[in-house]
Amino acid sequence: MKFLRMKPGHGEVLLTEGDPRVREDEERLIEEFRRQLDEGMWAAVPTHAPGSGRRQAVMIHEYDEIPSGADRVIFFPRASGG
Amino acid sequence: MLLTVLALTLVALALAMPTIAREATAWRKRRAQRTKPRERRILPDPGRERRAEQRARELLRSCVNEEEWAMYRDLGFIRVRGASEGYAYLIYPHKPVVAYIPETGRLLNEYCVEFPEMSDAITGSRLPESDDVLAKWMALTGDERRLIRTANMHLPGRQVEPGRVRRDLWRLAQWERERSSARS
Repeated sequence: MKFLRMKPGHGEVLLTEGDPRVREDEERLIEEFRRQLDEGMWAAVPTHAPGSGRRQAVMIHEYDEIPSGADRVIFFPRASGG
Repeated sequence: MLLTVLALTLVALALAMPTIAREATAWRKRRAQRTKPRERRILPDPGRERRAEQRARELLRSCVNEEEWAMYRDLGFIRVRGASEGYAYLIYPHKPVVAYIPETGRLLNEYCVEFPEMSDAITGSRLPESDDVLAKWMALTGDERRLIRTANMHLPGRQVEPGRVRRDLWRLAQWERERSSARS
């Protein structure tokens, strides 16, 4: 699983990656996930409904909410009224 | 006689002191500027934004479905249907999200929302266009209510010209017809 973050002037950057089934990797992923949310990021996982072709995102508030089998989590700046 | 000359010299010196002091200060400043090491100028990389946008487009493409990607590529915006039937949104890069009724084309509201990167707040840099579109798409499809609650709501026409939106809806309808006939 990869953690990506949108950044101005860069496009997405890879924050970290690892296999959540491996304990050391999971600890690193959890730590990075918390750091990103502490920095004010929102997290989302793009998903698609099999068969329908419809795609959507799932907003993630806790590490445990990441759908199993997700290959990436995208962090992006929190929305604010423009 | 000697005393007079001495006295006059002292008076002349006293009168000239402000000018001498001013000139000395200016000379010191000029000297400091000459000896001060030049600050390194950071030249902007003209390709940086373009490369960032290219990466952002690839990321967007990998997240949305084929129709949404083609819509963005061909028309420059993405339509996202609302959580319930009867309304939809148009997502433009770095412009408000526009809500409308697909059946009638009636424009409902503009939702002004942005995704400021706080660590770059001073430089004022913003996400590449396609990242901005993807952020709106994820926030809308993932938690529509939260995004709408966060956004500043305005009547249509505040930032996006209603005529432009109507033209875009017409283009969208044309585009969908062409795709549909190409398939059949």
